[in-house]
Amino acid sequence: MASQEILREEPSRGSFINDPKVRGIFFQAVVVIVLVALVWWIVQNTIDNLTRLRIASGFGFLRGRAGFDISDSAIAYSSDSTYGRAILVGFINTLIVAVAGIITATIIGFILGIGRLSHNWLIRKICMVYVEVFRNIPPLLVIFFWYSGVLAVLPIPRESINLPFGSFLNQRGFYFPRAVWGDGSWLIFVALLVGIAMAWFVARKARQRQMATGQQFPVFWTSAALIVGLPLLAYALSGFPLSFDYPKQSTFNLTGGFQVKPEFLSLYLALSCYTAAFIAEIVRAGIMGVSKGQSEAAGALGLRPGSILRLVVVPQAMRIIIPPLTSQYLNLTKNSSLAIAIGYPDLTATAGTVLNQTGQAIECVLIMMVVYLGLSLLTSAVMNVVNARMALVER
Amino acid sequence: MKHIAIGILGAAALGLVASAASAATLDDVKAKGFIQCGVSTGLAGFSAPDDKGDWQGIDADFCRAVAAAVFGDGTKVKFTPLSAKERFTALQSGEIDMLSRNTTWTINRDTALGLNFVGVTYYDGQGFMINAKKLPGVNSALQLSGAAVCVQSGTTTELNLADYFKANKMEYNPVVFEKLEEVNAAYDAGRCDVYTTDQSGLYGIRLTLGAPADHVVLPEIISKEPLGPAVRQGDDQWYHIVKWTYFALLQAEELGITKANIDEMKSSDSPEIKRVLGQEADTKIGTDLGVSNDWVVNIVKAVGNYGEMFERNVGSGSPLKIARGINALWTKGGLQYAPPIR
Repeated sequence: MASQEILREEPSRGSFINDPKVRGIFFQAVVVIVLVALVWWIVQNTIDNLTRLRIASGFGFLRGRAGFDISDSAIAYSSDSTYGRAILVGFINTLIVAVAGIITATIIGFILGIGRLSHNWLIRKICMVYVEVFRNIPPLLVIFFWYSGVLAVLPIPRESINLPFGSFLNQRGFYFPRAVWGDGSWLIFVALLVGIAMAWFVARKARQRQMATGQQFPVFWTSAALIVGLPLLAYALSGFPLSFDYPKQSTFNLTGGFQVKPEFLSLYLALSCYTAAFIAEIVRAGIMGVSKGQSEAAGALGLRPGSILRLVVVPQAMRIIIPPLTSQYLNLTKNSSLAIAIGYPDLTATAGTVLNQTGQAIECVLIMMVVYLGLSLLTSAVMNVVNARMALVER
Repeated sequence: MKHIAIGILGAAALGLVASAASAATLDDVKAKGFIQCGVSTGLAGFSAPDDKGDWQGIDADFCRAVAAAVFGDGTKVKFTPLSAKERFTALQSGEIDMLSRNTTWTINRDTALGLNFVGVTYYDGQGFMINAKKLPGVNSALQLSGAAVCVQSGTTTELNLADYFKANKMEYNPVVFEKLEEVNAAYDAGRCDVYTTDQSGLYGIRLTLGAPADHVVLPEIISKEPLGPAVRQGDDQWYHIVKWTYFALLQAEELGITKANIDEMKSSDSPEIKRVLGQEADTKIGTDLGVSNDWVVNIVKAVGNYGEMFERNVGSGSPLKIARGINALWTKGGLQYAPPIR
């Protein structure tokens, strides 16, 4: 009897403990509780310690007067602006260098990646050397290389190198004339927009006609004529309202015109060159991932090598290229925080200065983390949309 | 990325470690057997490693003076080099026991940052340096409109610079770096026309440039920069030890007690000298402070008096050759003044 009872009881108890569903819920609940408790403990402990150490906390400091100047600012900023605005200036500077770097790195990367597959020995080897050199040097060194290169090679302001169109190059950066738009120049911008819209319309129509009849239309030249020609016509009609503000020599420096500072220049070049090497490898892998039969079949249909690449290989390669490309874009954005080493006022630099001037360490680090996280998630989201569109183009 | 990492570590440390660090610092220091002292990453005359790797300078010697007061041995110090940006977080989080790093005393730092400044070990003021060879004819800071100015980020210098140019309606172009070495390199490479920092710092930095003779320090002083050591708030005992170490250095100079004559001075007839050196019968001055009664003897044996410290590191005995000026004792027309030790 006794053994029978044990036998009856054991399976039911055992099945409850061993039930994977119950176990799953139990352990997940434990993990969540531990995690919440840990976070609560850290936050509570931090608040307690801050109060006891009499360190002011909260985000109210963002409304205080900054009192320091920033060298590069895309928006109006002076030492009278707030700490919040100083951080915003840094954020915009990060955005500028990241977007410019991503565009340039993508262009150089695609050229190099295709170049590595070239039938020409010299082109292939040049691209290979570039990729191997830049891929294997830490980005900080690449930035220092450009910065010290820029400072060491270029002359002092009084001995600026004169370039065409009233541009100058010296240690303080690259100066070029700034366009000053006079009355009626809005017509030019309207014409440009109209030109772009018409070019898009023409391209669509030409494509529909090619699908229907097989006849081709010189879309590129028509679009170029529309986009360049219309604004030029508007420029003439509105009475040539454009003038230029040329850089001029003054006591210390060149004044007037538009100045691209060496800090931005070296950071931008370094990030572009460095990331381009990785993008080149991604592009090469993507193209090699498209089976050889595809290009052979396209060749058999009579397509020329350029058209094979453009119409058959690249669209299929893009599906392989885009996901790793996204992580390179994220890397570039995050690497831009190395700007601090050469004094480009990006988010890390300005928020760091705010941190030190106010002593609000936790708040400032939190702002930096949230902004970089948000920026990265946004980039990922955009790239996911692009990826989805690429993946769906199937017939 | 390194800086973010330091920030995060600092923030995390604030949250987690501070509870341990805010207990009696004196007990912590005695338990580990040395003082962890925050200094600069290398500023000649204040805190910079010499060719043997030993830290030299007024700020470094002040750390040794506190170690001598606590342990009777000036060598029981470990130095933590800190950038301007890292210094306060390092002190707040308990990573260092005291900060002695050419740091300007301001009300904001004293009240909102959880620090207490103990006194002014060096009265300084902000100045400008230019390359006279490249900029002939410039002999006043008021001629600097339009110049590119190199400055270290996160300093009072950066704020004074903005105020000065604004007040005088001049334009300038800030070139801002986080580390002193980066500012030096950029100025030496000609990235900027002007270098601004505390005037004592300019003399020190000039020595490290490629051609020191080409550079001149302009006469204007645009700010008050009282530099002094700081400790964490909420530990009065430790605050008093560091503060009175500073006063003891001044008192020793005022009474003519030097490293050389300290042993003779112990048997001096002067009641004041005897009292300061802990030779009075049944004295409790030292033990009340939390150290031994011969603490002043230990301090002077380790680093000398304030005047000796000054001359050795930044004055006539150093390459900087800075005059005592307002850093002389009050009896000699300066600002250095200590309350009585009695």
